[in-house]
Amino acid sequence: MGYFNSFSDFLNMGGHALYVWLSYAITLVLFLYNLLSLWLKKRAFFTQAKRQLKREQRLS
Amino acid sequence: MNFLLATIRRELLLAFRNRSEIINPLAFFVIVIALFPLAVSPEASVLANIAPGILWVAALLATLLSLESLFKQDFEDGSLEQIMVSPQSLLLLSIGKVISHWLISGFLLALLSPLLGIMLFLPPIAIGALVSSLLLGTPTLSLIGAIGAGLTVGLRKGGMLISLLVLPLYMPVLIFGAGTVQAGVMGLPIGGYLAILGAMLVLSLMLAPFAIAAALRLSIRG
Amino acid sequence: MKITMPRWFYQLASPKWCYDILGMLSPWLGLAALILLSVGVVWGLVFAPPDYQQGNSYRIIYIHVPSAILAQSCFMLMAVAGAIGMIWKMKVAHIVAKSAAPIGASMTIIALSTGAIWGKPTWGAWWVWDARLTSMLILFFLYIGIIALYSAFENKASGDQAAAILSLVGIVNIPIIKYSVEWWNTLHQPASFTLTKKPAMPPEMWLPLLVMVLGYYCFFAFVLIGRTRIELLEREQKSGWVSAIINEAR
Repeated sequence: MGYFNSFSDFLNMGGHALYVWLSYAITLVLFLYNLLSLWLKKRAFFTQAKRQLKREQRLS
Repeated sequence: MNFLLATIRRELLLAFRNRSEIINPLAFFVIVIALFPLAVSPEASVLANIAPGILWVAALLATLLSLESLFKQDFEDGSLEQIMVSPQSLLLLSIGKVISHWLISGFLLALLSPLLGIMLFLPPIAIGALVSSLLLGTPTLSLIGAIGAGLTVGLRKGGMLISLLVLPLYMPVLIFGAGTVQAGVMGLPIGGYLAILGAMLVLSLMLAPFAIAAALRLSIRG
Repeated sequence: MKITMPRWFYQLASPKWCYDILGMLSPWLGLAALILLSVGVVWGLVFAPPDYQQGNSYRIIYIHVPSAILAQSCFMLMAVAGAIGMIWKMKVAHIVAKSAAPIGASMTIIALSTGAIWGKPTWGAWWVWDARLTSMLILFFLYIGIIALYSAFENKASGDQAAAILSLVGIVNIPIIKYSVEWWNTLHQPASFTLTKKPAMPPEMWLPLLVMVLGYYCFFAFVLIGRTRIELLEREQKSGWVSAIINEAR
């Protein structure tokens, strides 16, 4: 597997496991946060818009 | 040109009528400086070491403090709106405002600074560097700060926001201003530092008035 | 003075046209981001050779450098979009700038935190006042200011213009900040070696980096388009085409 002899070797990252995996984890979290906030924004808009549309239909 | 002079004259007159506008930033400057010996150490060697940084940070904060009121009064009583619809240019008004702001904040701070430098055991050879760096650096602070003041003048809670907007932009001036004093302490030539501070002043003098005028225009239109 | 621009430029000003075109682009960018990022991460973590000096800790480069590039490109994009919005009174440009701000801020957070973590095995400290890290920190402050300015205005159009002015002022300042921080850094720390300056990286190291940079750009564009489209809907809620979309979504 690439430049590592075994999977545990890969996880160990030559003794730098903490640093490498911590920074990859932070990056992953922020990427997911971007996607999540996009999705929440979309959902918030559509629920709000539908509610308003219904109210307008009831009034007219 | 007449309009510019009239603006400066009006601003200075207003400031002299209401003394606290002049005294408050100076008092703030002195009090902040007095906090450091209490917090860090009263020892001369320690204080002399950090004096350039303290003096510059305190001057920067004192300028920042007086920014919020820069356009506030004129915005609230409608004179800004009057000037915008009148044939007078908003550009000249902003330049005049900045000049008078600097005269009552940065300029006076620079005059007061030797006294505080001595209180912080700044070596006497560095006093010249301190005054000249403040004289050249604080106008840039007033110019950049006026952009932030113009952007936030229409908001109810603009004070905190100004610092948030303006402080990152102040950092180059702080670096070179404190650097000048540090070089003065070490007895190095300070001409180069002053030249850079001067260059920043010229650049902001050319560009900032347009940004201030644009900011005021959008705040008035609201 | 009247500057005439090509036709597509004026079509950009139409919210509906933008919404449709961006909607067509969006899935392809998402797919490209997914592929490029997965290839880049596996390549960088598994197949790229370790660095002769830093060992395996250098593998942080594959997420650190692209985020730093993106953080700066994003600010540039905001300033350009803000200028277009101010000059041609184009609402869509302001919306793009507004949608980009939080993504750019999160890229800056990634660059700062991975840089700090990388500093620990390299310099022996979690935070070093290195020139690049410091100017990235100041960039982060600028992003915070712009985001705060957007939310301070109740009138969205005023907030857009205020943020456009601030990002233009910021873009003039960024080179000055960079230069002064670099100068300040050499004054205070004479012997520091930077994170990324290396004697000519071999291709098996920089190729995955290139893939990652492209992947980051695609991801950025994907999220930016998504945010822009929703913001377009929010601002055009009164118009007919948006009502049609809302009815369809039911």
